[in-house]
Amino acid sequence: MRNKVYPTFDDAVADVPDGASVMLSGFAGPGTARNLIAALLRQGASRLTLIANTPGRWGDGRIDGGALIEQGRVAMVRAAFTASPHPSAASPFTELYEAGEIEAELMPQGTLAERIRAAGAGIPAFYTPAGAGTETALGKETRVFGGREHVMETALPADYALIRARRADRFGNLQYHRSQRNFGPVMARAATVTIVEVDEPVVEEGAIDPDHVHTPGLFVDRIVVVPPDGIREEPPNR
Amino acid sequence: MTEQRPLDRQTMANRAAMEFQDGWVVNLGIGIPTLCSNFVHPDRRVIYQSENGLVNYGPLAAEGEEDPNLVNAGGQYVVEMAGMAVQDHADSFALIRGGYVDVTALGAYEAAANGDFANWKVAGARGGGIGGAMDLAVGAKNVFLLMEHTTKEGKPRLVERCALPVTARGVVTLVVTNLGLFRVAPEGFVLEEIAPGYAPSDVQAATDARLVVSPSLREFRRAG
Repeated sequence: MRNKVYPTFDDAVADVPDGASVMLSGFAGPGTARNLIAALLRQGASRLTLIANTPGRWGDGRIDGGALIEQGRVAMVRAAFTASPHPSAASPFTELYEAGEIEAELMPQGTLAERIRAAGAGIPAFYTPAGAGTETALGKETRVFGGREHVMETALPADYALIRARRADRFGNLQYHRSQRNFGPVMARAATVTIVEVDEPVVEEGAIDPDHVHTPGLFVDRIVVVPPDGIREEPPNR
Repeated sequence: MTEQRPLDRQTMANRAAMEFQDGWVVNLGIGIPTLCSNFVHPDRRVIYQSENGLVNYGPLAAEGEEDPNLVNAGGQYVVEMAGMAVQDHADSFALIRGGYVDVTALGAYEAAANGDFANWKVAGARGGGIGGAMDLAVGAKNVFLLMEHTTKEGKPRLVERCALPVTARGVVTLVVTNLGLFRVAPEGFVLEEIAPGYAPSDVQAATDARLVVSPSLREFRRAG
């Protein structure tokens, strides 16, 4: 079996082509693969579609999907926010979007998570009560179950997922730390190529108790260890 | 006559938290709702849940005690409690839509007499911020709104029908504003508690929807 452990972040993202769809894990910081995103920025791929909770960088200098948007690498965003969750904080995305220079699909956060889950679970579509009777349901098939309206939503796969975890073994079995987990497990299953950056050195297979694996290594393709001088998860400078 | 005193945010949060019953699973939105966690009744235990997968998390972390990988849905650093659990995002929303949340307390731009509300998009903007609100609104057993009674320009936020794009339809059960507490009933907003110095006619004058005044109307309560 080929080696999944890559020496550098740049090696791990070298083959991402222009026009690729890329899932970015992370919620309010934790779980964001900042080092891989920084490498993708250096690599130069453009016309990307980002799938993430937010388009990132709300008045916050940390590297996330917003850095790719700021550099003009992103054509489309699929997210639960297309305006800032903190109205006082501007983001590079907002200006581009209000000017019509970037496309976006906005959806409820649970629908985003479930669409990603469905993509990795072999479920092409599902019905949810979230968003029924709202703008987000416009043009979508609806159906009444138990007297209540539901909206049909389709699976959302991607070419790549960039996720962050605390620890991996050589097979790619992952453990996350606390709220670092968020979208990691579902994105790892939904993407064709899953790339993970880990906070701790890679351990041998067997070092993680099978009962304590959060994401089986089957879903993980590439692993890079965050070096001591890499980007650590730190509080934003608000 | 008592001077008219609108309620401050802490008082509004205090009153909403009085509704949280022992053992309830509670989700607090960004803004005034976050303050509710300061006021839970000492004899009751509530379980806080956040969209990013935390179940049974603890209070805000003191400076220097933050775990960089432990935040609530508002991105605030929290501390863990004995008995806390972590889920992934899809499982977290399974919990939310699955009916396990007893109450979600949210901020809002508009609340309507038919139980609709709007909190994700302002007039004229292309983008919006839905976050978890649409899932919480349809999944939680109770939807409480904590909001200012009018806009900064004095425009009523309690309306007959929402003008802004709605977050969910027919789900709001309770609204707490700086002027009072309102139950949402089939007949519309029922004014049950009122800010000091205000008459129901004063509150009606700041409200677009027609109010029903509860026969047991009383002054706004707070715990402690």
